[in-house]
Amino acid sequence: MIDIAGSSRQYCTFRLAQYHCGIDVLAVHEILRHQPMTRVPLAPPVVKGLINLRGQIITALDMRTRLSFPPREDGKAPINIVVGTGAGEDEAAAALLVDEIGDVIDIDPASCEPPPDTINGAVRDLIQSVCKLEKGLLLILDVAKATRIE
Amino acid sequence: MGDLDGLVKEFLVESYENLDRLDKEFLQLENDPGNREVIASIFRTIHTVKGTSGFFGFERLQQVAHAGENLLAKLRDGALSLNPGMSSALLRTVDAIRAILGEIERSGGEGANAYQELIAELEAHLEGRAVDDAAAAPAPAAKPVEAPVAVSDAAKPGEPAAPAAAASAAAGSVADQSLRVDVRVLDRLMNLVGELVLTRNQILQHAGAAAGSAGGALAATSKRLDHITSELQEEVMKTRMQPIEAVWGKLPRVVRDLAKQVGKQVRLDMEGKDTELDKSIIEAIKDPLTHMVRNSVDHGVEAPAKRTAAGKPAEGRILLRAYHEGGKVTIEIQDDGGGIDPARIRAKGIEKGLITAEQAARMGEREILNLIFAAGFSTAEQVTNISGRGVGMDVVRTNIEKIGGSVDIASQVGKGTTITIKIPLTLAIIPALVVQSGGERFAIPQINLLELVRIDKDKAATAIEDVYGAPVYRLRGQLLPLVFLNKELGLPQAEAGSVNIVVLQADDNQFGVVVDSVLDTGEIVVKPLDKQLKHLAVFAGATIMGDGTVALILDVFGLGTRAHAVGKGKEGKRAATVAAGEEKEPLLLFQSPDDGRMGIPLSQVVRLEEMEASKVEGAGDVEVVQYRGEILPLVRVFQVLPERRRNPRNPDAGVQPDTLPVVVHNHGGRHVGLVVGRIIDTVEESLKLQKAATRAGIKGCIVINGKVTEILDVEAVVRTVVPDFYKAAP
Repeated sequence: MIDIAGSSRQYCTFRLAQYHCGIDVLAVHEILRHQPMTRVPLAPPVVKGLINLRGQIITALDMRTRLSFPPREDGKAPINIVVGTGAGEDEAAAALLVDEIGDVIDIDPASCEPPPDTINGAVRDLIQSVCKLEKGLLLILDVAKATRIE
Repeated sequence: MGDLDGLVKEFLVESYENLDRLDKEFLQLENDPGNREVIASIFRTIHTVKGTSGFFGFERLQQVAHAGENLLAKLRDGALSLNPGMSSALLRTVDAIRAILGEIERSGGEGANAYQELIAELEAHLEGRAVDDAAAAPAPAAKPVEAPVAVSDAAKPGEPAAPAAAASAAAGSVADQSLRVDVRVLDRLMNLVGELVLTRNQILQHAGAAAGSAGGALAATSKRLDHITSELQEEVMKTRMQPIEAVWGKLPRVVRDLAKQVGKQVRLDMEGKDTELDKSIIEAIKDPLTHMVRNSVDHGVEAPAKRTAAGKPAEGRILLRAYHEGGKVTIEIQDDGGGIDPARIRAKGIEKGLITAEQAARMGEREILNLIFAAGFSTAEQVTNISGRGVGMDVVRTNIEKIGGSVDIASQVGKGTTITIKIPLTLAIIPALVVQSGGERFAIPQINLLELVRIDKDKAATAIEDVYGAPVYRLRGQLLPLVFLNKELGLPQAEAGSVNIVVLQADDNQFGVVVDSVLDTGEIVVKPLDKQLKHLAVFAGATIMGDGTVALILDVFGLGTRAHAVGKGKEGKRAATVAAGEEKEPLLLFQSPDDGRMGIPLSQVVRLEEMEASKVEGAGDVEVVQYRGEILPLVRVFQVLPERRRNPRNPDAGVQPDTLPVVVHNHGGRHVGLVVGRIIDTVEESLKLQKAATRAGIKGCIVINGKVTEILDVEAVVRTVVPDFYKAAP
């Protein structure tokens, strides 16, 4: 979805394991500290639970599981990034569980490249592009794909 | 106003809205007289008014609208072109309609003015007699021509002015009293009120904890908050309720038209129009209900000649009844028609391949009748455009079951048919039982709840019995299959203690769900799960509990299906009813690897043998032994039966490893040996199965000498190893 030739866009960044990741800031509704959640038995492992967001019940998805990272260390509470999914009739929200929230940054599309072919197949689809920042690399995730439960 | 029929009120509001739009459209037309689209739109509006007023029996209104409509039709088709005389006549038609509507609103009648002059004028225009001559039309009609802005006022100075003015004042009153609100706004309101209730609860707690004079004031204020919140919640819920009339209102017309079309006389009566239902349910039952009523007219009520011949009045009667009963709404559709002949349904079911002749013979009348809800079933000899395509009744049932309802049918040949639909009052809020299992809370809809059973800790071990790994409990002498919720959902087990069984009903099956504890009952607000989690049939949704946390709502049918407690039961029950009348039969009992007991009817046993394990030989992939000069294929029963338990308590089933107890079974001169467990006894017992089969190869269970005994389905077991054993010998 990223427009390589277009003007700069803003990304909400966060840390996930050792990686610096970002998603389109327009998809983000709000950031919440860790919330109590109700787990859903029999659901796929990526579904960490259900959160009561002011009367709306939303599904919390652990991005570590989604990207095949090892589980978070004990005692470290994840941060919820509430994102919009679907459009029109199907409009809904989901919470992405990440390790730490970062800044919203402007990115010049010219500094982005498609992900290398050598990365793990299942994760490859999720990574929209890789941005070369001064300090390191930023993995731009596809929100629609990240919130799809397999 | 207060006495006005809700439907009429709806009609008034809608008509006023449309008439307001008409004024604008007429103005547009003045500027652009050739605009056919605008004419068509005006035509449709007037046509709607005409149709609806005819339906309500407002004849004058209908006549006026009809005259206007005729003229508009000609204009729309281009047969006439609009001239100022016509447009003023049409505008006065609109005013007349308004005036009559105003009169209806005030008095319920149409008033004295028949608007004969106006009708005559419209007709004159239609026939081309009335030229564009101001003199021909009443004086005020000429004015609007020059000044489009004055158009809507033009008619008022004349005779109809006073009623028109009164009407618009009155129009304000109806329109102001009701509003169209997007259902989503109501849903959001519901959500917010729900949140408010939770916040209130927290404030009440804090207020209770606060001490001193400030605490007293806080307590008083929070009490007020408490009252207001409760009231607000109630009112918001009410906004979603509608009388069932909202659906029924359209049916008289449907029945009338359809009856005419098929040449029948049908009267439609309704009882309990005021019964209120949630908006979402009203929407959901609209189509199924219409379909069933159409069916009643088309298939139920007979032609007048046939009715008279049968000694019934020529006019058939369809009765719709709605009432609240036990937290549900019951809707009955009753006709006094020919009824449904089970024999015909049976034959049709066989013909369509829905059931086999063998099944049909075993089915009760009620079951047969319910076949009409099966997919692909239609008994109409001819496919008409009304019904008979074989889709419909199954869709009806699916739609009703989707909203947690049920459909049943009863019929008497020659007397009539009654279809009973039971549906919940609302989908949004349901009474539920909250239980805990594996540390999580779950809500169980009370609709499915039969009773709660608690077994004390010291009795728990003996009260729950085991049928080849399937736990059961004897509830008043009947075996109740048990489902352990934490096991089924993969949750941690609680420590052994007292056992809480929630007895549930899904479809025609009963089963018990064992939970760690039963917490509370209460009304819960049902919220859908993310559509990506919809495939989890075990959950019907989620709800927010009093403390703000989320709890999942169990789908009893989904849970039962997952645990295999639902679904196969029907078959088993049928078998059970068939067997009910049978005499006692001798049974051979043997031990199963689970230390349970199994039985084979002695009639299926020719001989009992003990064979040496070393004599077993292989022939192809079947084990055989040489036995009395022939080759006897062996069926190891416990290997054929699906495993219940990974580590059976007694894998050898009480048999020495080097000998095999073999039950020789005979069919059509051929023999097969069933390798079983230790032979215990033979008993005489009625083969009335007390519980449906829980796995393949088992017919069901009965209690013999106080012990649960599974009855082996010999034929099924033999077939798994020697598939063609029961086919005719070559």
